[in-house]
Amino acid sequence: MVEILGLLFDGFAIALQPTNLMLIVIGCTLGLFIGSMPGLGSVNGVAILLPLTALFPPTGAIIFLAAIYYGAMYGGAVSSIMLGIPGASTAVATTFDGRPLAKLGLADKALTGAAVASFVGGTISVVLFTFFAPPLAHVALVFGSPETFALMMLAFATFIGLGGDDIFKTFFSICIGLVLSAVGLDIMSGEPRLIFGEITGFLHGINFLVLAIGIYGIGEMLWTIEENVKAGGVNMMSEATITWERTKKNLWELLGTWKTMLMGSFLGYFVGILPAAGATPGSLMAYGIGKQISKDPDTFGKGNIEGVVAPEAANNAASTGSMLPMLTLGIPGSPTTAILLGGMVLWGLEPGPRLFTDQKEFVWGLMASLYVANLAAVIINIVLIPAFIWVLKLPFTLLAPLIFVLCLIGGYAPTQDMHDVWLMLIFGIVGYLMRKLDYPLAPAVLAIVLGPLAEPALRQSLLIGNGSFAIFFTRPYSGPIMVAALLLLFLPLFNMGWKRMRARNDSAGEWQG
Amino acid sequence: MKPAKLVLGLSLVAGAGLAVAPASAAWEPTKPVEFVVMAGKGGGADKAVRLMQSIISKNDLAPVPVIPVNKPGGSGAEALVYMSKSKKGDNHTLMFTLNSFYTTPLRQKGLGVNIENFTPVMRMAEDTFCLWVNSDRKDINNVDDFVKAAKAKGKDWIMAGTGKNSEDNLLTDFLNTAYGLEMKYVPYKGGGKVAKELAGNNAHSTVNNPSEQLGFFEAGATKPLACFTDERIGLFKDAPTFKEIGKDFVYYMQRTTVGAPGMSAEAAAYYQGLFKKVFESDEWQTYRKKKALQGDALSGDALMSYWKKERDVHKVMLQKMGAIK
Repeated sequence: MVEILGLLFDGFAIALQPTNLMLIVIGCTLGLFIGSMPGLGSVNGVAILLPLTALFPPTGAIIFLAAIYYGAMYGGAVSSIMLGIPGASTAVATTFDGRPLAKLGLADKALTGAAVASFVGGTISVVLFTFFAPPLAHVALVFGSPETFALMMLAFATFIGLGGDDIFKTFFSICIGLVLSAVGLDIMSGEPRLIFGEITGFLHGINFLVLAIGIYGIGEMLWTIEENVKAGGVNMMSEATITWERTKKNLWELLGTWKTMLMGSFLGYFVGILPAAGATPGSLMAYGIGKQISKDPDTFGKGNIEGVVAPEAANNAASTGSMLPMLTLGIPGSPTTAILLGGMVLWGLEPGPRLFTDQKEFVWGLMASLYVANLAAVIINIVLIPAFIWVLKLPFTLLAPLIFVLCLIGGYAPTQDMHDVWLMLIFGIVGYLMRKLDYPLAPAVLAIVLGPLAEPALRQSLLIGNGSFAIFFTRPYSGPIMVAALLLLFLPLFNMGWKRMRARNDSAGEWQG
Repeated sequence: MKPAKLVLGLSLVAGAGLAVAPASAAWEPTKPVEFVVMAGKGGGADKAVRLMQSIISKNDLAPVPVIPVNKPGGSGAEALVYMSKSKKGDNHTLMFTLNSFYTTPLRQKGLGVNIENFTPVMRMAEDTFCLWVNSDRKDINNVDDFVKAAKAKGKDWIMAGTGKNSEDNLLTDFLNTAYGLEMKYVPYKGGGKVAKELAGNNAHSTVNNPSEQLGFFEAGATKPLACFTDERIGLFKDAPTFKEIGKDFVYYMQRTTVGAPGMSAEAAAYYQGLFKKVFESDEWQTYRKKKALQGDALSGDALMSYWKKERDVHKVMLQKMGAIK
């Protein structure tokens, strides 16, 4: 413990050097802007700026990229809240309540909540990272396919009930997402599937962002246009304001969400350290659990601040968490850490179990800079909230074309293929129609994010276990996770049964009396 | 950032123009060069491309930036079709290829891709493969031990690899046939993931590239038993080649820069010169050494005949495993 503190102290000496401090501030600001563009997330920011880091020594370079990563994680919430378009898959869950809050004229509350929750999540996870890296690295290492599938089951289970009362429509929406996620190359058979003849654009599969920007960006815009025409042309958010008084009130209200924040932070961190999971399942699970532990679950999806706080705490915690398998195992926990990993190769560092002993300066400089970057990002973010609010006050006729262009860029950026832009526009129209017919969209998005993680894990497990599902229950980590997932899955059913039984007993009592 | 790059680019063009004034007819790229990667972000090929990108920009080797673009779809099918159809005759598009360059067109005839149409630029290296087990297996110290242990387990011996019909699958099939084993091949996404499955004892063996196992190897978590190379790899002096132990089988994975089909001869000559410089740079040489890469620089007709030879070899291998007729 004392040794770790000493190392961390040395790390701070590195992180607080004027050049590195400057890199943190610049990185956070750049990341914040990149992250707040719909469709551009931390992956793009880090990939675009990677060659630039050849100019710095390795420690400065990773500090810069980590600051961009952090800034982008904060920024992702901005477009989710203001435009209803998730900037990256990690910010999907933030739209569920962030957008309704903004529509109620409470964008400032949502933005402040997101920033503070991100800070809490980020800080808690860095502390956990500092003191418990080696044992957690071991968990990440032994986590195989059965465990990954069990975790995905848990993520799906936490979302039960999210889609509303119509089970058929929720199920339909999940199926659409799962089918879309199956498009592309199937690694288990080595063959392409669902590519509609030989349409090459389908070979790389359907990127999550194409669906998300389509149904949230384009679909939402069509929706707003319709509302606007009906209402005679008002702003997208007519009441967006920010004052000192309001901010104080917002911060005070945030104190009441501490439980949700802590839950999101720990959950996000632990899901984040698992290889290949990344921040997205973590934030989605945090939202689902946040709803279940909330005193007021019925307002989730209609503008409950806890619905912003839970995923935001989780996604920032997870982004730190996903650095753990990257540094200790050389396995990226998320697409962004995959690029960071590439960066480490450029700088001549070998990620892996020996990094912590061989490259103390690098590792601890990075850790310390994560603390500093967190603080820098939350300050920069809060200072910029009035500017974001100002953008929201632009007339819709100005904002709409701007969003449309951003959507097009966002659809093109991940794969750089026009095919995906057309696909995105089609999804936009389909999403709009689904909303008109009252189909929930969130389950489809959840399925397209988790499907590609869950499916190979399931098939690998069954292949290893000779086709028997017992493999999910007999292993030390996957067993408990799977049981928890099944319990959560059937919880609503038990609840229903319990209520019915009580009602029957009560009425029986009345009848007797 | 953009204006700065532009100014830098312009000044470089001007500078280069002055320096090579007599040979002013020499072709040079006039807009950013797209460098297509046949694999996803963060994999071995992607890392190599980003390294080359930084070598080119750091040493001012080209007047324009080189932009990596990942097209991992369909085991490289997406990239191959993109190059053959959309970029035919383009002088500003390159691709970094692996062995899926041979196997994907062989397996998917419908793509209509003929690799002989591509422009050979430079083979930058050949990656090697070794047979790996977890260091916890104190009972396995050589291939004989391995065969004994794998035979005892039969179909429950798990070999993790990177996708069905991939290089790892070819090697697994070879081992199964050569030693009369029945190892079960379980595909994962990416060599890094495969390496981790072995280190975490979720698989019994792998045929990873050295670069993928290096971190775990150095930490003492995994060990190589033998390598599919002509000579022993410097990093793993104790691991023999399969040739030494009586199985004449060597297998390499090319890491080659390819130009779009129908690229002009002048442009091809330019890129061959550029990648020769990249190949000779200290950074690339250090990288080759650290990652245990082999294979000399190869370009032009020599590279083309290497492709044809390798394609025939892969055709036979794929036929043997029943992936093609």
